This record gives sequence, C-alpha cells and structure tokens, in this order.
Amino acid sequence: MSENQIYTLTINGAEREVRDSWVGESLLYVLRERLGLPGAKGACEQGECGSCTVMVDGSAVCSCLVLAASAVSSDIVTVEGLSPDGSLTDVQESFIQHGAVQCGFCTPGLIVAIHNLLDENPSPSELQVKEAISGNICRCTGYGRIFAAVQDVIATRSA
Amino acid sequence: MSVYTPQTIEEAVELLATHPDAMLLSGGTDFMVEVNFNHRKPTEVVSTKAINELKVWDVDHSSHTVFIGAGVTYSTIEATEIAEVVPALAEASRTVGSPQIRAAGTLGGNLGTCSPAGDTLPVLAALEARIVIASPGSHREVAFADFMVGAKKNSLRSGEMVVGVSLPIVRGWQGYAKVGVRNAMVISIASACLVRDDVDDSVKVALGSVGPTIIRAHDAEAWWKDQTVPRSKEMFAEFGARCALEAKPITDHRSTADYRRHAVKVLCARLAARSSSR
Repeated sequence: MSENQIYTLTINGAEREVRDSWVGESLLYVLRERLGLPGAKGACEQGECGSCTVMVDGSAVCSCLVLAASAVSSDIVTVEGLSPDGSLTDVQESFIQHGAVQCGFCTPGLIVAIHNLLDENPSPSELQVKEAISGNICRCTGYGRIFAAVQDVIATRSA
Repeated sequence: MSVYTPQTIEEAVELLATHPDAMLLSGGTDFMVEVNFNHRKPTEVVSTKAINELKVWDVDHSSHTVFIGAGVTYSTIEATEIAEVVPALAEASRTVGSPQIRAAGTLGGNLGTCSPAGDTLPVLAALEARIVIASPGSHREVAFADFMVGAKKNSLRSGEMVVGVSLPIVRGWQGYAKVGVRNAMVISIASACLVRDDVDDSVKVALGSVGPTIIRAHDAEAWWKDQTVPRSKEMFAEFGARCALEAKPITDHRSTADYRRHAVKVLCARLAARSSSR
C-alpha cells in the first residue's frame, strides 16, 4: 500500500473506502476526518485518556493507537454502531437516566468500554467495573453516577 | 509511506530485508504515539497484525519451558495458562497501561521498543529469557542480557525481527512490583522482578527504569546465596539495600535518582519478604 492508495475498512458492518489519506493516519483520525464518524473523541493521542475507544476484532482499544491502513482486515465497531438500528443501547439509556454525562467528551469511550466489559463478563464486581474503565478518564463526574449507571444495566440485564 | 501486512514471518523478514528503512509495527501502543506527535515520520511500515504464527504460545511441561510468540498481547498473558507458569510475567503485564492498551500491546513490541521502563523486561531478565529472532532463511536465539544493549536499543540487525521468547518454568515464588504515581495507566518510576528457585533456594533479581538497560542485581543475588541464617525481616531489608546499590538511576521528568534508588530498596525488600511468606 503506497502513498494515497485507496484502502477499505470494515466499520459497523459496512465496507468504507478511505481515499486521499496519508497512510500514517490513526484510525481515530480516519474515522473522524475521513469517514464522518465523530463519535470517538480525540484528546491525548497517546492512549492515556480512552476517549477514542472503539472495538477492533472484539477488543476495546484506543483508535488513536491503531494505524488505520493496517486495520484493513479487522472488524471495527464504533459507538455509532453499537446498536444495529442506530437507537440508543441500554448502557446509553442508563447513562442518561443516571445523569452520568456532564461535559460528555469521555462518554463515547466509556460506553464502548462498558459494552466490551459486559459482553465478556455479564456480572462484574464493582472492582472489575472500575478496572475495566481505568483507561477512560472523566474529569467532570467523579465517576459515581457512571458506576450507578453500570450497576443498573447489570441488574436490568440479569433480571 | 507504504504499509505492508504480510501473513507469515518469512514474508515479513523478506520485506524487512528488501526495505531496510521499514519500521516493524506490532500493537502500535508505542509506535503510534511517536507518529501522532510527529516524533517519527516512517516512510515504510511492516505490520505484524495479520501474522497468526506470532500470536501463539506453547507450554512444554516436559522440558519446563514456555514459548510465547511476539504477537501475544498483555491481556492474553494475563488471562491464559501463561499466567500459571510464569506468574511474574502476568503480574508485569497486568500493570501495563489500561485494558485498551493491554488488548493491543504485545510482548514483541515491548522488546522492539526496549525501553528501560518496559514492564515485561525485568521479568525476561530475571528468568534469563532467550529471545528468538528470525531473518530471511534463518533463526537465531540470543540471551535477554545480550538483546537489550541500551535505552531503547536492542541488538537486532537489519532484516531481523523478534519471533518470540523462550522462558524456563521455574519451581518457586516469582513476582513483579513497580512504583508509579498511581495504580492504573502508569509508566514505572522503578520496577523489580524477583524469581526464587526452590531447587537451590537461589534468587534472581532484575531492576527496571533505574538504568539504561534492565539491571541484574548479581551481587545481591550472590549475597542471598551466602546467607545461612533463617530468612528474617532484617535480611530482606539488607537484601533490598544491596539491590539498590546496583541500580544506576538518573533524574528525569518522571522522578529523581534518589527516589528511584530508595524505591528499588523498598521493592526488592518487599519482593524478598513475599517470596518467603508462602
């Protein structure tokens, strides 16, 4: 693959062609600036803040640390693709109900990380929830309402 | 800039040999930071992402060894049989970044970057890991001590790549500990791995982030071996102090040399005590 060569990514189940890009661009940049998917947020660009979290081949990763051109054979799911019809997921609904969103910048990354956790472990302990979002930094909420929202989803799903 | 995604090790080393300026990309957790901040402007990249033969591991109980492929992630090390046979490596992997970083970052990437703060490196040093290296048409193995030759410098030659790591399965306690400014998401200020071998009650200790390379505390290890008194709190403290004498810390943006040396003393005394409280 050479400079400005077109490549195709599989995002939220659809094949998306990437044109006119520098091949060193991160997946975060390509999602936001090339493909019109601004859900993942860019802040630290070094994997510290988690606001750019997406799923790549079933794992939550920082999209700022994925070389987009190397992800050609991967299955990528962004916050926009968590529910097939574009409606809000139970985690998103619970965030709204518990007021777990303040400025909202960290929210998409948290939502993806929490979906990833609950996919792998439907009944995590409080400590496991804390560990699962230890890479998602929220500077507004103090996390209390986020944890309450997650606990509610866990309870509702197991009911 | 061109990106290549070979499917096999042989294809990858051929690409590296024919493209001497190409960078090898594994999990991206170090590489992409440098690219995002314009510290590195790669012209050609060989990605290991599609090379499935790098993502394997093999526990061989008959030869008491475990082989871990270079593409095995930290989260795999934490959650598989690897954690049972080399628990210190799992502990070290557990301290890397966040779940997102551990899902992407690999053991081979830690060796490729070869930072003195690389969390798995003290474990590889204390276990005297053999690094398996491929080049077109051939393989070679090198001891970890001969692999890491400086801060972010390894002895890989042009056209070579790390294929994996061969480690002994040691009977006895082993552990990893590090100091940073918080519990999650932190690069170590000082770290240490201690491996106790029950066969002869020897210890091996390796120190991270306190020198240009990982430092084996050989003098402290020898002192441990000479002790005939029962293991005591005083002995662990003395052992920690002796390990600290072998550290070569510097002062940088992350910590002072004095604090790092003190941290080594505390970490090594603590690991020695843990190794004896079974």
